[in-house]
Amino acid sequence: MFDVVIIGAGPAGLSAAIACRESNLDVLVIDEFTQPGGRLLGQLHQEPTGEWWNGIKETQILLDKANALNTNIKCGISCHHIEKIDEGYIVHTNDGLLKTKKLLIASGAAETAVPIPGWTLPGVMSIGAAQVMTNVHRVEVGKKGIVVGVNVLSAAIARELQIAGIDLHSMALPVSNPVTKDHAHPGKVMDGLVRIAHLAPSAFLRFGSKFAQNAKVRELAVKFYPKGGVKMWGMPIHIRKAISQINGTDKVESVTMVDVTPEGKIIPGTEEIIKVDFVCIAGGLYPLSELASVVGCPFRYIEELGGHVPVHNEQMETPLDGLYVAGNITGIESAKVARAQGTVAGYAIAEQQDKVEKAKEEVKAIREAASIQFHPQIKAGRAKIHRAFQEYA
Amino acid sequence: MTTNRIMNHPVLGKLENRKTVTFTFDGQTFEGFEGDTIASALLANGIRQLRVHEETGAPRAIYCNIGHCFECRVTVNETDTVRACMTPIQNDLKVESGKMQPAPFNTSPENWPRTYAEYEERNKANKDGDSNV
Repeated sequence: MFDVVIIGAGPAGLSAAIACRESNLDVLVIDEFTQPGGRLLGQLHQEPTGEWWNGIKETQILLDKANALNTNIKCGISCHHIEKIDEGYIVHTNDGLLKTKKLLIASGAAETAVPIPGWTLPGVMSIGAAQVMTNVHRVEVGKKGIVVGVNVLSAAIARELQIAGIDLHSMALPVSNPVTKDHAHPGKVMDGLVRIAHLAPSAFLRFGSKFAQNAKVRELAVKFYPKGGVKMWGMPIHIRKAISQINGTDKVESVTMVDVTPEGKIIPGTEEIIKVDFVCIAGGLYPLSELASVVGCPFRYIEELGGHVPVHNEQMETPLDGLYVAGNITGIESAKVARAQGTVAGYAIAEQQDKVEKAKEEVKAIREAASIQFHPQIKAGRAKIHRAFQEYA
Repeated sequence: MTTNRIMNHPVLGKLENRKTVTFTFDGQTFEGFEGDTIASALLANGIRQLRVHEETGAPRAIYCNIGHCFECRVTVNETDTVRACMTPIQNDLKVESGKMQPAPFNTSPENWPRTYAEYEERNKANKDGDSNV
């Protein structure tokens, strides 16, 4: 019987493990990937201060701390079911059953699928897949590609691909269909685009800040969006062009690009064939919460947090006795927030209340200082889920 | 190994001192680096396609690359439905691509066998028989 099992060795899981080990709890961290770090591993971007955020280095810092405290971390372990028992939880894995008094689920996020015709061809992948291949495995995903889906995540990863020397034709929207919905609506995409303007160098920065002011101006910006796109790091970003089809027999050979109206409708006769050998599809992230669901944790759908989120309070406790959550399962935010949340959860599990309070303040400070806001109303979303917890108290 | 590696990265630096690992994919021998997954080692060798759709034969490859979508499922040392993106390569690993399977129910629903006995009766002549039902 472990004191605590932590599912997920990303920034949240690792920092929680460190906090628990400080109190000498018997901790086991499991992760299904081949190495710890979660999706922090692939991250690479320049902060507004000019400093590089290198996920591999950040992971190593966490691992060094965890190892100094003799933390037990097992990779290649997949969890597929959890049972609640009187003494705690039984975690079902491909390596057998794990009994634990307390359980932290830090499973992270998954990418929303944005299906467009041809998306099953080899060479089509999620933008996160390209990130892992490029920065973790150091393998080129192709020679020339295009990014379908314009949002905070895809802009950041498109830049990472460029840094690695991979040629991108442009970023454009997916064609509108019942599934792609908001991702294919230029107006809604523009609302998201202005939030990342500050990450880009001069030209786009000016462009973005001009239109961030009010909705009416954004509407005009969509209407009169430049035909050649707006360049970010030398690569055009199109929100009035969509990819209607990915073409190829055994692999990606090209995409069909069309002009779209401000509402995302195809303008007939504008088809253009663009030769590429890979396509990255980006539909944004949602909390990966199935494991909290199978154990019976209540949920709320909170758009500001990215989807269905297990009910929890500010110290990461769920209404289920001994069940905690941290990181992107609680809402889509940066790895820095996830890491700080993990520390809160870890101290809460170890019942170090003074440290919990301090760690909670740290989460708020990091959120305030964030250079990327995945959702502008994140604080409102957090308040909603914390209120929901009170209903179970 | 072919040239699909990012050996020099302006921020992450050089890829150095990686140990080479040898494995097979559909009988052909490939090399990857220690720490590679099956998917990354194959893509480094220019191999994208990992399987075909079991019913239609349409080619498939990685999609999410983080273990969620199961599009990269392959057979590893005789075990099927193994995710290529989550499985580290090791020396002498025998990897096989996913193949087409018999599709006994590939007809309109009114023609489907109503019992297992009926299904077996119909598939007596079929060499692949009931391999995947």
